[in-house]
Amino acid sequence: MSVLVYAETEAGKLKKVAFEVASYGKAVADQMGTEVIAVTFNAADANALGNYGVSKVMNISADGNFDAKIYASGIQQAASVAAAKVVVVSSSADSRYLTPLLAVGLDAGYATNVVAAPSNLAPFTVKRTAFTNKAFTQTEISSEVKIIGVSNNAFGLEENATACTVEDFAPSLAASTITVESVDKATDKVTIADAEVVVSGGRGLKGPENWHLIEDLADTLGAATACSKPVSDMGWRPHSEHVGQTGKPVASNLYIAIGVSGAIQHLAGINSSKVKVVINNDPEAPFFKAADYGIVGDAFEVVPQLIEKLKAFKAQA
Amino acid sequence: MKILVCISHVPDTTSKINFVENDTKFDTNGVQYIINPNDEFGLTRAMWLKEKSGATVDVINVGGAETESTLRKALAIGADKAIRINTEAVDATQVAKEIVAVIQNDAYDLIIAGRESIDYNGGMVPGMIAAMLGASYVNNCVGLEIDGDKATAAREIDGGKETVSTSLPLVIGGQKGLVEESDLKIPNMRGIMMARKKPLEVVEPNGATALSTTTKFEKPAPKGEVKLVDADNVDQLIDLLHNEAKVI
Repeated sequence: MSVLVYAETEAGKLKKVAFEVASYGKAVADQMGTEVIAVTFNAADANALGNYGVSKVMNISADGNFDAKIYASGIQQAASVAAAKVVVVSSSADSRYLTPLLAVGLDAGYATNVVAAPSNLAPFTVKRTAFTNKAFTQTEISSEVKIIGVSNNAFGLEENATACTVEDFAPSLAASTITVESVDKATDKVTIADAEVVVSGGRGLKGPENWHLIEDLADTLGAATACSKPVSDMGWRPHSEHVGQTGKPVASNLYIAIGVSGAIQHLAGINSSKVKVVINNDPEAPFFKAADYGIVGDAFEVVPQLIEKLKAFKAQA
Repeated sequence: MKILVCISHVPDTTSKINFVENDTKFDTNGVQYIINPNDEFGLTRAMWLKEKSGATVDVINVGGAETESTLRKALAIGADKAIRINTEAVDATQVAKEIVAVIQNDAYDLIIAGRESIDYNGGMVPGMIAAMLGASYVNNCVGLEIDGDKATAAREIDGGKETVSTSLPLVIGGQKGLVEESDLKIPNMRGIMMARKKPLEVVEPNGATALSTTTKFEKPAPKGEVKLVDADNVDQLIDLLHNEAKVI
């Protein structure tokens, strides 16, 4: 018996979500009185998982690009070898892509967007978000093998130094039936999914030519940039930056909204962020009801000041 | 080409979310239901394929009679036939199994489902259908072109976009980008009239069992008042974010 965590890598290095799923896996394993085993693909630094409670890593060498079917098959074979009763995955785009396949393969019930360790093991009960962050549900999983998709940045990192061994694992993997033709990804930018801080702009910025304000503030904070739905619908910014109910969810530590009024669909998408700041010249904007901190003022005056003061603050720190 | 679009019947995006019966049931009182937005982008893309290459487009849903208004709307938008599997949707495994049991002999070339429904946000049905049918599968799909039995699809990845090629039969988890918001069609009177005459088949369920159930709902704790900082005093905001919120 074990808890298996799928620890994701990017270019051979473990991602932050890998340590978050390991931390979650350790909490579940402690409740169950068992150990945490991790499965990784092409991880050069797999040992680091030992800092978060993992006692064994099964590292798979796979050529080529990410392929959901092949990765799901590798994880499924690892789960079988590890006799996993619980499999923990992240909420990254790739994990959400492959895990439904894994769930069918393992005949496992799968709960996504889980925000806390199980409240009960029998029946196995977890708390998850639903209605795009407007509510939580208590969900019971009744299958023998259970899969938990941990919501980004919900459980956090919990260090737990553990003696960790890394083994090569060579499952039998089929040939890919999907060919990656091109990848369009800014490698120098923080993604919304990984970001600790997200800076978001709305219609109040008046046009795409003013986006340097958002970008400069984001650069100062090491943040990802995002936008509201009207901004992406008008083509000021790419769809990939649209956050909200029909866009991307945001679960950052800090979310700064500039010139965003705060439509209910937008607020739903960013509700999992821990601290919300709004800068808007309309004191009646609904965002002020959802925010922790707010400035009523003109973004074109407030944001340049904020950038300047933050630079001074960072220089001091 | 035969296309199937899976339709979820969900509360409108502006709905107030409340619960009844000791927080065990969603409060449908005063709630307007719509086609799940992620499904509607896929349905509209399917309509374009129909106009271009003469595909047939069927829609399917797992749910009670109350979901038929949403299926009728899909017919009014232009789908040819609707199928309703007559049982309450409990979890994604059950829904995917019921759909596969009904369609497995129908040889659909393309199956489109939204990447997730906006009510339960499970995000599993397209992948599970693909796994059960052994079909090709692309999730978070933001672009799709079909040429014979080949497909080129764009999928959103964390921080960008990836373009892939694969073969039919194909299942996609669709979202905005397949078509734009401005491309969505409000059904016209002719479409609504025609929809009344189109077939809406009600199929009895196969008895698939769910592997998970929602036992209770909870609303987020009410939020405290916003702390306002004067526009001339951004230093105070930085101080609060550093010393009080501890996020910078």
